[in-house]
Amino acid sequence: MAFLEIDGLKKRFGNVEILKGINVELEKGGFLVLVGPSGCGKSTLLNTIAGLENITEGEIRVEGRAINDLHPSKRDIAMVFQSYALYPNMTVAGNIAFGMEMRGVPAAERQAAIDKVSKILQIGHLLQRKPSQLSGGQRQRVAMGRALVRDPKLFLFDEPLSNLDAKLRVDMRIEIKRLHATTGTTIVYVTHDQIEAMTLATKIAVMRDGEVQQFGTPAEIYNNPTNIFVADFMGSPAMNLIPAKIDANGGGLSVVLDRESRQPIVLPMPGAPAGLAAFKDKPVIFGVRPEALTDPEGAERNGSSIATADCHIEVVEPAGSDTFAVTNLGGKGVVARLRADAKIQPGTSTPLAFNLSKAVFFDPATEKRIL
Amino acid sequence: MSAVTSPARQASSGMSARTINRIVIYGLLALFAIFYLMPLFVMLVTSFKTMDEIQNGNMLALPQSPTIEPWFKAWGQTCVGLTCAGIKGYFWNSIKMVVPAVLISTLLGALNGYVLTKWRFRGHTLVFAMMLFACFIPFQSVLLPMATILGSIGRFGVTLQNATGFNFGLGNSTVNLVFVHVVYGLGFTTLFFRNYYEAFPTELIKAAQVDGASFFQIFRRIMLPNSMPIFVVTVIYQFTNIWNDFLFASAYAGTGDVMPMTVALNNVVNTSTGVVEYNVNMAAAMIAALPTLIVYVVAGRYFVRGLMAGAVKG
Repeated sequence: MAFLEIDGLKKRFGNVEILKGINVELEKGGFLVLVGPSGCGKSTLLNTIAGLENITEGEIRVEGRAINDLHPSKRDIAMVFQSYALYPNMTVAGNIAFGMEMRGVPAAERQAAIDKVSKILQIGHLLQRKPSQLSGGQRQRVAMGRALVRDPKLFLFDEPLSNLDAKLRVDMRIEIKRLHATTGTTIVYVTHDQIEAMTLATKIAVMRDGEVQQFGTPAEIYNNPTNIFVADFMGSPAMNLIPAKIDANGGGLSVVLDRESRQPIVLPMPGAPAGLAAFKDKPVIFGVRPEALTDPEGAERNGSSIATADCHIEVVEPAGSDTFAVTNLGGKGVVARLRADAKIQPGTSTPLAFNLSKAVFFDPATEKRIL
Repeated sequence: MSAVTSPARQASSGMSARTINRIVIYGLLALFAIFYLMPLFVMLVTSFKTMDEIQNGNMLALPQSPTIEPWFKAWGQTCVGLTCAGIKGYFWNSIKMVVPAVLISTLLGALNGYVLTKWRFRGHTLVFAMMLFACFIPFQSVLLPMATILGSIGRFGVTLQNATGFNFGLGNSTVNLVFVHVVYGLGFTTLFFRNYYEAFPTELIKAAQVDGASFFQIFRRIMLPNSMPIFVVTVIYQFTNIWNDFLFASAYAGTGDVMPMTVALNNVVNTSTGVVEYNVNMAAAMIAALPTLIVYVVAGRYFVRGLMAGAVKG
């Protein structure tokens, strides 16, 4: 039995179904990230776990006990809000202690808890300030302190980093990860940022239009996306999704990528799974991540099936750590990720190595994964 | 040569045009201000003059031998109707009516605004629209029905008096006026607070709910402490309206010892016996006007902006 179980959860506002039957579970000490574009229902799902929204159908269980009819304060959860939601009339210490005060914890105990939490988050010097006197990062810490001090069963984070600037966001991300590692708490975290999802999660639920598209570990989601949406949403730069054709020549299958005014690229697929054979001579979507499309020298040495083809490079983007090259395949711009020092010129033809063991195929009609 | 001088001349003519504009604008503003302040000035100087000086002198002239005697007379001795004990009793009548009426209507308005924005229920817009409608009901149309209701309340008070020996204030004129002003003021106070709380971050209420605060704890600990600006606005508005009200006061407490200040002042000025003591009348009118002035000066200082800074992202 998992620690947190969400079972067939549906949420309707009038006739509009916001959540269409969510099934997710999380082990104790796990870090579940709900990720998806805006309007996918991820924040609503978090609010139903918190008890701030009622559910229409289904059940939410923590340690086997249904909590979906309990008041938020009875669920033993703590929540960090996107806007931090610090009470502006109270000091930092007052903010952190408010929940304990409401539950009638004696003053001495409250003080001890404040001291403990402020030490963990290094906000001891801020305790007597008002929220308006704090910077964004400090407010973020205080908001986390307010959640931490309760020592709840479950932490809920609602896009906690989206109001911070880029550098601080990376710092706080590491801090949250460290906090999770040291305290071992169970966390449900909502974000629209797929990098946050990948870096923080032990489990990711990719959502769209009130449905979970895929639920799994970050590696599963990244390497084995179940459909085009997940493949496209996770990863930056996004996965290249190239219209292609499966061809059978002689013994094995091969992938044919059309090119404007050039010979099509034919990539042999030795040992291709049987499922692909059914798509012989049919259009498919060939998905390859930028790091699986690279210069031959930088390609994975032990990759089982590397195919090299000359590609016409249109744009080169040196990003410091890597160099991105854009070529045109199947009528779409395709991004390849090369070593930073790769000798490459726009407007020339360069051999690129396709790591076919990392490639995935989708059915263009259903948008689902073929294999 | 001309190329050098002409820009300078242009600049100076531009400058003088601006100066003329300024003079015209400020001159007009000063004129309006004088026009507006003139009655106050006449009242003030008259209240410090002796009767001889008023009868023989110029209305606008400063007092020759200033005296504060008229103020004392207005406060303690002048005749209101047939009793000649000054206006002080009526001043306290007004205070006793205004303070509870302002506080109750403001707090209820805050509570209404809190519910209408943060605890929405089916039909909340309809309820708000109806409360808003209360703002547009003319005073006069309320007079007779309200008199009937107050009469019933009074009779109920008598019944209670007979049964328990205490009437719980029912039927008391001051209590009646407080009731009328609270009911009539609710539309306005609700409107003020609802619009203020509409922009109040809902995440704060959610956070407090997760923290385990109850409906009233959230109201008292989160909403009210962050409502200072609108609280001050509402108090100023309600205080001015209720203190200055004459219609309800004269209709429901128009005679005897229970009159509020406004009605008493009217009786002072309308007295038909003897010489009209302009200086005393003016002093009485000034005393009647003072509390609203004081509320503006004192409360206006707490009219702080940016109280919500730091609640949500900065």
